[in-house]
Amino acid sequence: MARDTVMKKPKDTRGTLRRMLKYLGPWRAVIAGVIVLSLLSNLLNLWGPSLAGSAIREAAAGPGRVNFDAVKHDAGLMLLCYLSSALLGFLISLIMTVVSKRVARRMRQDVFDKLMRLPVGYFDRHQAGDIISRVSYDIDVISTSMATDIVQILSSLVTVVGSLVMMVSISLPLSALTLVTVPVSVAYTVYMRKKTQPRYAKRSKCYGTMNGFVEEMLSGQKTILAYAYENRVDERFGGINRDAADAFSDAEHYGVTLGPTMTAINNLGLSLIALLGGILFLNGRIDLGRISSFVLYSRKFAGPINAVAEVFNELFSALAASERVFSLLDEEEESADVPDARLLTNVRGDVRAEHVTFGYEPGKTILHDLNLEAPAGKLTAIVGPTGAGKTTIINLLMRFYDPDSGVIRIDGQEIRTAVRRSVRGAYAMVLQDTWVFQGTIFENIAYGKEDATMDEVVAAAKAARIHPFIMRLPQGYDTVISEDGGNISKGQKQLLTIARAMLYDAPMLILDEATSNVDTATEREIQKAMRELMKQKTCFVIAHRLSTIENADQILVLRDGDVVEQGTHRQLMDRKGFYHQLYAAQFE
Amino acid sequence: MKLILRYVRPYRRLILTVMAIKLLGTGTDLLMPYVLEHLLDHVIPAADSAWPVVAWSGVMFLLTWITRVLNVSANRKSVRVARESTFAVRRDLFHTALNLSGSQMDQIGLPSLISRMTSDTYNVQNFIRMIQTMGIRAPIMLLGGIAITLTMDTGLALILCIMAPVMIVLVCFVSWKGIPLFNEVQRRMDMLVRRMRESITGIRVVRALGKEPYEKQRYGEANARMMRQEVKASVIMSLPGPIVTLFLNVGLTLVVLIGARRVNDGHTAPGVILAFLTYFNMILMGVMGLNRIFMMMSKANASANRIGEVIDLPEELTPLPAEQLAEPQEEGMLIFDHVSFNYDADTPGEAHGQFLGEERQKCLDDISFRVKKGGSLGVIGATGSGKTSIINLLMRFYDPQQGHVFVDGKDVRAYERDELHRKFGVVFQNDVIFADTIRENVTFGREITERKMIRAAADAMAGQFIEGYEDAYEHKAAIRGANFSGGQKQRLLITRALAAEPEILIMDDASSALDYRTDAKLRKAIREHHGNATTVVIAQRISSILSMDEIIVLHEGKMIGRGSHAELLASCAEYRDIYRTQMNEEEVV
Repeated sequence: MARDTVMKKPKDTRGTLRRMLKYLGPWRAVIAGVIVLSLLSNLLNLWGPSLAGSAIREAAAGPGRVNFDAVKHDAGLMLLCYLSSALLGFLISLIMTVVSKRVARRMRQDVFDKLMRLPVGYFDRHQAGDIISRVSYDIDVISTSMATDIVQILSSLVTVVGSLVMMVSISLPLSALTLVTVPVSVAYTVYMRKKTQPRYAKRSKCYGTMNGFVEEMLSGQKTILAYAYENRVDERFGGINRDAADAFSDAEHYGVTLGPTMTAINNLGLSLIALLGGILFLNGRIDLGRISSFVLYSRKFAGPINAVAEVFNELFSALAASERVFSLLDEEEESADVPDARLLTNVRGDVRAEHVTFGYEPGKTILHDLNLEAPAGKLTAIVGPTGAGKTTIINLLMRFYDPDSGVIRIDGQEIRTAVRRSVRGAYAMVLQDTWVFQGTIFENIAYGKEDATMDEVVAAAKAARIHPFIMRLPQGYDTVISEDGGNISKGQKQLLTIARAMLYDAPMLILDEATSNVDTATEREIQKAMRELMKQKTCFVIAHRLSTIENADQILVLRDGDVVEQGTHRQLMDRKGFYHQLYAAQFE
Repeated sequence: MKLILRYVRPYRRLILTVMAIKLLGTGTDLLMPYVLEHLLDHVIPAADSAWPVVAWSGVMFLLTWITRVLNVSANRKSVRVARESTFAVRRDLFHTALNLSGSQMDQIGLPSLISRMTSDTYNVQNFIRMIQTMGIRAPIMLLGGIAITLTMDTGLALILCIMAPVMIVLVCFVSWKGIPLFNEVQRRMDMLVRRMRESITGIRVVRALGKEPYEKQRYGEANARMMRQEVKASVIMSLPGPIVTLFLNVGLTLVVLIGARRVNDGHTAPGVILAFLTYFNMILMGVMGLNRIFMMMSKANASANRIGEVIDLPEELTPLPAEQLAEPQEEGMLIFDHVSFNYDADTPGEAHGQFLGEERQKCLDDISFRVKKGGSLGVIGATGSGKTSIINLLMRFYDPQQGHVFVDGKDVRAYERDELHRKFGVVFQNDVIFADTIRENVTFGREITERKMIRAAADAMAGQFIEGYEDAYEHKAAIRGANFSGGQKQRLLITRALAAEPEILIMDDASSALDYRTDAKLRKAIREHHGNATTVVIAQRISSILSMDEIIVLHEGKMIGRGSHAELLASCAEYRDIYRTQMNEEEVV
C-alpha cells in the first residue's frame, strides 16, 4: 500500500475533540458530579491499600507479637472503604452509560436532522449504505468509547496523582525512578497516535465503501443474476472486502502493540524499583515494609497508565469515527430561506418562469432560457423527447434546486424569496419513482395529511382505483407493506402514491410520469377522478402517453431545454410541427 | 457460535499458536510479581553485596522483554485470524445473498440482509480478534493467580477458592440474562436503520410534502427506543464489575485478617500477604476479563446467528435431475404450459414481518402460451394482473406451483442458472443502473466488443446522448443513475439488454419513459437488427405490442385473451377497451 495514501495529513484532532466535548456540554453538571464521585471512589481505592499496608506492618511485628485490635480496626475500615467504592463505581458506570447512550442518541438524531436539511442532490451523490454506516457503526464506536473511556481517564488521573503523592511520601529517589517511565509512555502513546489515527480513519472509510457497495449490489440482485454478472460482482466485492480486511488489520497491527508495550514499560519501572530499592536497602536508606508499600503504590500508579494507553487506542478509533460523523454534519445544507422570506399563503397558482437557465453541473447547461406561464387553475402539460429537461423543470418548481439565473414566480412572488417549505407545500406531487415505507397501507396513504380519517383515506384509495386490491388483502388497510417487501407490484405502489397525493390537499399538482406503470384503462379512470381533484388547481403533467394529456389547457413542447412549441393539442396538431411528429410516432 | 467455529477452523493451527504464545506471555507476566516477591523477601534481606539484586533485576528485565515480544506477536497473529476469517464470512455471506432465490430474498428483506452483512460481521470480527487473546489471558490470570496463591499459602488461598466459583456463577448468570437484551438491541438497531434508509430513498417525497418534522419524529422514536434498550442492556451488563470487585476486596480484607493471625502463629510471612494483594488484583482482572468475554460473546453470538441464518440457506432453484423434468419440446420454443403460481405459497404464516398477503388469489392461474424461435409475444393487462410474474418464472427466479416453463424447448429446471440467464437480454421494470461507467453498465463483465456495444446503443436510441458526453462510454453514472433522465436510463437498460445479441429479449415496461417517437424507432431497430431474437414485451402502451405475433391479455392472474392484434380486437372485449382508450377515435383513422 502506498505510504502517502495512508499517512494523510492529520486532521484537526483538537477541533474534533472540542466538538465532542460540546456534545457533552448539556451533561457538564452530571459529569462534574461523576468527577467528584470518581475522585471519592478512587481516594477510597487508594486508602484501601494503605490500610492493608498498615495492617501488614502490624503483622510484620512477627509471630506472637501482632496487635490484633489494630489489625481488626484496619480490616474494618478496609471493608467499609471497599464497600463504598464499589457502590460509587456502580453509580459512576450507571451514569456514564446513560450519558453516553443519550449522547449517541443525540448524534444519531443530529445526523438524521442534517439529512433532512441537505439538498436533494446530496443523495444522488452518496450511497445510502455509506451514510447509514455512520449511524450504525461510527456512532456506536464513539458511544462505546465514551461510556468507558471518560471514566477511565478521570479515575486514572485521580489514581495516578494520589499514588504519586503516596509514593513521594515513601521514597523520593524511587519515585523519581518511576517517573522516568511516564515520559516514555507518553512519547510512545503520541507516536502510536500518529501511526494509528490515519489507519483507523481509513478503516472507517473502507467500511463505509463496503456498506455502500453491498447496498447497491443487493438492491440490483435480480438484474445481476439475470445477466449472470454475479461472479464479477463477487470478484469486485472480493477486492472491496479485501481492502476492508486489510484496513482493519493494518490499523490493528499497530493498535495491538499498545497494550503489551505499556505493560512492558511498567514492568520496566518495577524492575528498576526493585533494583534501586534493593541497593537503597543495602545502604540502609529504606526498610523492606516501605519498599513493599511503594511497590503496591507504583502498581496502582502504573495500572491506570496502562489502561489509559488502551483507552487512547479506543479514543483514536472513536476520533476517526467522529470525524466521519462531523464531516457529514458539515456538509453544505440547502440554502437557508432569505432573511425576510415570506410565507406563501392562499396560493392562487399563477406560475411563471422567466429566462431560467440551469445545469446540474457547472458548464453543463440543461435549461437555456426557459420561459413558461401556467395560469391558475389550468392544466399545463410538458412533453418532449427524453432528456429534454422535463424533470429538471419540476426540480426547479419544487425548489429541489435553484436556477442559475432567471426567476420563477408563484402569484407574482419570486419563490427564492419565499419560505421554501411553503413553496413545496403548495404542490402535491406524484413521481415515477414510487416510494412506500414500512407501515400500514393506511399510514402510507395518509402520509401527506396527518389528521386524515379512515373515510378520507378510503375515498382517496377508491379514486386511485386501489381500493379493491386493498380489500383483498387479509388485513385490508392495516396490512403492513414495505419498499422491499414481497408481492405488491410497481403499478400498485404507484396507485398508492397517487392516493397519497389525492389526499394531500394542495393548490397545485405535479404529476411526473405518475401513471407510467399503470395500465391505460386504470389510468383513464384515475384521470377522471383526478380531473375532479384538479378543478381549480394549477397542474403540471409530464407524460409520454400523449393521449393522456390531450385535454390539457396548454401543452409545452420541450426540446433540448427550450420550449419550442406551446398551445393546445388542437393548435399544436394543426401546426404540424414537432409535437405533431411526436404524436404521429405513436402510431408508426 | 457454530458459525464462528466453522470459519476459524482453517486457522486452527494459527489459533493454537496464538494461544500457546499468549499462554507463555501470560505466564511470564504472572511470574513478574513472583520474582519481585522473591527478591524482596529472600534476596534483598540476605544479600551481602549488590550483585544478587542486580542479577534478579536482570531476570525481571528479561521477563519484561519476553512478555512484550510474546504478547505483541500473539496479538498480531490474532488480528490475522480475525482478518482472514471475517473476510471469508463476508465473502460467503455476500455470495449467498447475491444468489438467493426470489422467495428467499422476499423472506429476509433487503435492509436486514444489509445489516447482517455489515454490523453483524463487525461484531463477529471483534469477537474473533479478542477471544483468542483475552480467552487465554483471563482464565490464566484467574486460575494462575489462584494456583500461585495456593502454593504460597494454601490456607489463605482457600478464601479465594470459595469466592471464585461464586463470582463466576454470578458473572455467567448476568451475561446469560444479558444475551437476549443484546439481541433486542440489534433488532431495534435494524429498525432504526430501516427508518433512515426509507427517509433517504424517499427524500424527494419527504421534502415535497414537507414531512421532515414527521420523519424526524418517526426516526426519533426508533432512536429513543434503541437508546432505552441499549441503556438497559448495558446497565445490567455493568453490574458484575463492581460486584466482583467488592467480592474480591472483601476476600482481601479476610486475607489480611486471617493472614495476620497466621503470621502471629508463625505459619506465614508478612511478604506473602503483600504478594496476595498483588495476585488478588490479577485474579480480579481475570474475572473482569471473563465478564467482558461473556459480554462480547453475547453480542457476537446474536450476530453470528443472524449471519448463519443466511449463509446456511439451502441453494434453491438448482437444476433438477432429468427424471423430474417435463418432456423436452421442440427446440427454440418458449412455452408456458398450464402454469399456476403464487409468491408466498410456501412461506409460513407470520414468520416475517414483510408482506402478509397469503389470502390473495393466485398471481398466475393456468397460463399457457408458446412462442417460436424468433417469434414475439406481447403481454398486456391491468396493474397487478401478473405480467411481471411471467418473467420471474421464465427466468426462474421462482418456480411455479403447477405447470411447466420451457425455454429453448427445455424445462427451465434443467438449466444451470447462468446457462439459462445467458440466453436472455432483459430489462426489468424500474431496473437498476449502477454507479459505474456506462461501459460497465452495458457490458456487465460479458465479452462484448466495442462494435457490438456501440451498435446496441444505436439500436436502443442511446448512442446519441452517450456520445454527447465528452468521455462517452466512460461517462460515470451517479448512484441509481440519478444523473440520467428516466428515458435515458431506460435506453441504457435496453442497450444492456441488446448488447450481447441475446436469443431471448425481454422488456418489462422498458420503454414507458420514452416518448412515442423514440419508442417507435426503437421497435423498428429491434425488428430490423434483432429479428432472430425471441421477444417478449410487457407494456401498458398498446402501440408497443400491437405488432407482436401473439398477444396475451391478463386479468387478475388469468388469461382472458390470446391471439394477434386483429384477432384480439375481434374476440376480446377488454383488449378492445384498452385499444379504444389509447387510440382516440380520430387517430384510428
